[in-house]
Amino acid sequence: MMKYFPQAFLGLLVSVPFWLTDSYMLHILITTGIFIIAAMSLNLLLGYTGQLSLGHVAFFGIGAYGSALTSLGFEITLPGGIPLGVSPKPVWFAMLVGIVAAGFTGWAIGKLAFRVRGAYFVIVSISFAEVVRLVAVNWVELTQGPMALNNIPVLRLGWGSAEVAFLRKPAFYWLVLAVGTVCYIIISRLVSSRAGRAMIALRENEPLAMSVGVDVTRYLVLATIVSAAMAGSAGALYTHYIRIVDPDIFLFVYTVTMVIMVVTGGKGTLAGPIVGGVIFGLIPELLRTMAIKPEVQWIIYGVVMVLVVYFLPMGIVPALRNWRGGQQASSTAAASGPQMEGAGK
Amino acid sequence: MTDKSPSLLSVDQMSIRFGGLLAVSSMTFEVREGEVLSLIGPNGAGKTSAFNAITGYLQPSSGDVVYRGRKLNGLSPDAISRLGVVRSFQKTSLFGGLSAFENVLVGLHKRSTQTPLAIMLGLPRVKEDERRLEAAAREVLDFVGILPRAQEPAASLPYGEQRLLEVAIALAADPKLLLLDEPVSGMNPAEKASFVETISRIRERGITVLLVEHDMRTVMGASDRVICLNQGTIIADGTPEAIQRNKDVIKAYLGERSSHARH
Repeated sequence: MMKYFPQAFLGLLVSVPFWLTDSYMLHILITTGIFIIAAMSLNLLLGYTGQLSLGHVAFFGIGAYGSALTSLGFEITLPGGIPLGVSPKPVWFAMLVGIVAAGFTGWAIGKLAFRVRGAYFVIVSISFAEVVRLVAVNWVELTQGPMALNNIPVLRLGWGSAEVAFLRKPAFYWLVLAVGTVCYIIISRLVSSRAGRAMIALRENEPLAMSVGVDVTRYLVLATIVSAAMAGSAGALYTHYIRIVDPDIFLFVYTVTMVIMVVTGGKGTLAGPIVGGVIFGLIPELLRTMAIKPEVQWIIYGVVMVLVVYFLPMGIVPALRNWRGGQQASSTAAASGPQMEGAGK
Repeated sequence: MTDKSPSLLSVDQMSIRFGGLLAVSSMTFEVREGEVLSLIGPNGAGKTSAFNAITGYLQPSSGDVVYRGRKLNGLSPDAISRLGVVRSFQKTSLFGGLSAFENVLVGLHKRSTQTPLAIMLGLPRVKEDERRLEAAAREVLDFVGILPRAQEPAASLPYGEQRLLEVAIALAADPKLLLLDEPVSGMNPAEKASFVETISRIRERGITVLLVEHDMRTVMGASDRVICLNQGTIIADGTPEAIQRNKDVIKAYLGERSSHARH
């Protein structure tokens, strides 16, 4: 019964900390999970609206910095000598600030950049990420620059004796899983609705979408806001897990990692970023445990990626679905049509 | 329809210029409520340019387009569509990766009441709205006669049915004025004949139709009135019978018919 596969898979993920006691492996799962959330958010843009954002890490980093700064508090002097101080806030509130800050940036970028499409959008998004990185490096008063923000507090929920500190790995693992599940549900609702159809219509045929009254820009901006806020939530999780954040969080390679996860897993499918994320998040670590030389590890990583892209150009999930569809068609002549929104429900 | 029907759309002194080329030269005509009006003329006469200008895909260099007393100049294509002026495209234009059913669901965008927040919260009224849209999509597919194809990918439909699907998408968008750009090109004679009947059923729904078409049998069979364009200028305006007898039309258009016979 493929219908209940997502629920069964979720059940399996929930059970992981009960049987996987290796702390290092749990750490790998947590960081991979954080990147999968970021990849899912990228997929909403790249897979459904068809716009490639190569500056996606900027939203991730803004979520991380926004949350870290709000939880630590800061004092700066704005231009004109106006002092601005923020006292340390609870971490849950700081994370919300990070998410909202990322979402707001997404809105601004969406408004600015969605007049342009294709290659131009790619360039705007890369430039934007680079600008944000330079701000993080140079605004030392706020961000400590390359010295990094240290001693970022841990998320605590509840009061008194009922307080849970997300310090131990199993607790943090479940937190990442919960945020990821919420993001997955929101994306799956969006893409099977009027809003998602408008995004897909833009990807498939923009002039035709406009002819039936779809306000294309509005839905692109909606996709950017949701996508940026989710990437921001991943960044906020990351910063309170690693508990140190420096400008390297804006490295281009993180965006590339997200793109690899989405494209190999299958862009425009709900399960794609998860499958791609699990494979390309875990491969480097599994190879490391095999004690292979680092250069060889990366060569294997590259070869696997080339093979996937070469043999499964649409990605792993669509390839599996076609294969399964072919099997069903030959055995039962099933007449159910292709789903607009890929795997899942 | 009669001359007394009120004007739904009026095009006033509209010119369209591409650099040095005058594609449409001070075109003036009106579409009356409830009629089927055809725009004919040889290739390059400016029919599609006029379509693009009316629906906002192109800005006219001068002149006005007025729909129900409201100027359309400067509005975006989607805003014009939301006012009830919906077009189809000359070259087959579908959401190729989606099924026929999903294509029509996209077309129903304007009729849907879902808001982003309600969608993300998964409110029950979103599900209700989806069910309503699905019923409407089936109704529209049935109307153009391709309901049995609902679940097939749009790109894999036979060409004639792709053209019908385009009309279904436009109808889903709830037009008051429907502009069809060469809808029967690529259809076989039987499909063309049945499409003439479809146009009259569209009119019975209270939808006014502006048709650009090369196929004379379709034009003469479907239209109440025909306007003939040549080199950007209107050279004749009248009933199908009058147009067929008009000497200028015969010279400009029908005289060149042999060169269009290939289509």
